[in-house]
Amino acid sequence: MTEAKNDRILLAHGGGGQLTDDLIRRHILPSLNNEILSELGDSAKLNVASKSLCFTTDSYVVKPLFFNGGDIGKLAVCGTINDLAVAGSRPVALSLSLIIEDGFEFKLLDRILASIGETARENNVNIITGDTKTVEAGAADGIFINTAGIGVKLTGADMGFDKIAAGDKIIINGTIGDHGMTIISQREDIKFQSQMQSDCAPLAGLTCELLENTNGIKFMRDPTRGGLAASLNEISRTSRLSIEIREVDIPIKPVVQAAADMLGFDVLTIANEGKFIAIVSPESVDDCLRICKNHPLGKQAKVIGEVCRSSDVPLVELITQIGGKRIVQMPYGRELPRIC
Amino acid sequence: MLDRIQKAQNLCRAACKQLARQINIMEVCGTHTVSIFRNGIRATLPKELKLLSGPGCPVCVTEQGYIDIVLQLADRDDCLIATYGDMIRVPGKNSSLERKQSKANVKVVLSSEDALQLAKDNPEKTVVFVAVGFETTAPSTAVVVKEAAQQDVDNFCILSGHKLVTPAMRALLSAKNDKIDAFLCPGHVSVIIGYGAFAEIVEDFNRPCVVAGFGPLQIMEGLGEICRQLASGKAELKSMYDAVVTKEGNIAAQKIVAECFDAADGYWRGLGKIDKSTLKLKEKYSRFDAFTRFKINETPSEEKTGCRCGEVLCGLIEPPECGLFDKNCTPQEPVGPCMVSSEGACAAWFKYGRERAH
Repeated sequence: MTEAKNDRILLAHGGGGQLTDDLIRRHILPSLNNEILSELGDSAKLNVASKSLCFTTDSYVVKPLFFNGGDIGKLAVCGTINDLAVAGSRPVALSLSLIIEDGFEFKLLDRILASIGETARENNVNIITGDTKTVEAGAADGIFINTAGIGVKLTGADMGFDKIAAGDKIIINGTIGDHGMTIISQREDIKFQSQMQSDCAPLAGLTCELLENTNGIKFMRDPTRGGLAASLNEISRTSRLSIEIREVDIPIKPVVQAAADMLGFDVLTIANEGKFIAIVSPESVDDCLRICKNHPLGKQAKVIGEVCRSSDVPLVELITQIGGKRIVQMPYGRELPRIC
Repeated sequence: MLDRIQKAQNLCRAACKQLARQINIMEVCGTHTVSIFRNGIRATLPKELKLLSGPGCPVCVTEQGYIDIVLQLADRDDCLIATYGDMIRVPGKNSSLERKQSKANVKVVLSSEDALQLAKDNPEKTVVFVAVGFETTAPSTAVVVKEAAQQDVDNFCILSGHKLVTPAMRALLSAKNDKIDAFLCPGHVSVIIGYGAFAEIVEDFNRPCVVAGFGPLQIMEGLGEICRQLASGKAELKSMYDAVVTKEGNIAAQKIVAECFDAADGYWRGLGKIDKSTLKLKEKYSRFDAFTRFKINETPSEEKTGCRCGEVLCGLIEPPECGLFDKNCTPQEPVGPCMVSSEGACAAWFKYGRERAH
């Protein structure tokens, strides 16, 4: 009985006493250790020589916790890194807050922590402060994670909605829909087997290289929830410019397209976790594509469309593969599986 | 691909020129409707060629009375409602299954087998499977009814709302306000019933019936073939979906449906009562019939004030002509079922063609 209990998180692990200390020293520090974190102070001290910082936060409640191509830990690091990256900064440090349910297996927690540590190390980002809370069984569906991140603004990055102009090109760094369709296929108890894999990846390496070596990048965004459709609509609405994309140029893996068709989803609205859209001036398109294609996360980068002047209401439109044209709406919420 | 599309477009243009009037082609299936919008097909057709969305979305054609029965059953503590996802947001008189879902007695299932499993896992409740859909989903309902009988899963029953496509097509053509020149026939349904099933429409009503797949090229070629027939003045039966559709269809599926169900008169939203257009469980399976078990009858119920889904389903109006469209009725707050279902004509208009309509 005692042994079984030792395999799992208890409410008392969040009590601030000996068990909390054990949790931190035996499970968290070994995976994430660095000089600042190991001081275990109430606040982390961080020396950053920059006048301009980016700061962001995000919570992760993905289900299932482990999926093809990643897990909640990797996602929690990549997601926050990507938010910093597309804002034109180089991520330097993250915070990590864990909300863990009573009874959650240490085995799973250790896997998640190892994944967090590995992803952070690979990106030269330290987890420098954190918090752990426990809640009753059933109150958190296993584990919830929050990360916040600080990034140093790159000096060359001068981006914003107001920089976008008609004629600018839209680049995406690879296939869309991979993350969302992988999660949906593993969550909804849909009994089909596929080779789908989440694209969950940290984008800062590639975005920093782009921003440091070209000067025509007007805007960047990572199309996560709501997919390409939501990001492009947001760009169009805020910049008051229309956007035209071409179906034949949008990279989509056939297996992702097939799964989306089967379940009645529009791939344009499906979430990505390792993609960015860059709006770039026509003059810098070639440079951007060259840099992307030389990076592992940009091999399938493509120009998928342009920004256009808007006559009346700014619209996002898709030129379909047969030469038809249709509107790409802001996704309106939950999509439902088809029944016939 | 582009040259084949061009060829189909040329056939459409030639027919429009020759007939010198508006041509109305109805796509019967909701999946066709969505594909037509998603691929921007309307924009590539001549102005005189109009596509009408037909009664081919199972959620949309389900009568309000049926939905109210489901909602009543969802209120019972001894019942567990198993439903396909599209049904949960359809508004009833005062509520929807989604609003009742918090009571934990409404479960979304992805197959009829999941519904039967739910019954096995919850022996203390009666699981009512909301069995809607056309000939495509009826066989899988029949399979679980037979399984339930063999395994004596007595706490399982179905509320059959299954419908048959050809009686609805006949009803549309028999109506006074009929303006349909031809049908683009549903691909999935044809896999089950065989394209031969539409021969009666061609013979009795002299309208072209062409079965097509769901890709943009297949739809365009289907429309091209219809236009070719219209121009020649000779209505024919044709399948352009040879990869999966045969003349006879899926005999095994037809057999199991015939074993479990009888064709019965029933109510359709917009179309009213149509003879022999719905599927009712046979007497020998009546213990799995929710209508029998709970002693209920489906009676037509009043539609919501202002909602014109019925006219949309008959191809009489386009969704933007309804006063509620994009005002009181949106996918977030749908009033009628055509806005709820992802395959509904109103949802497709809203999603892919809204600004264009203004």
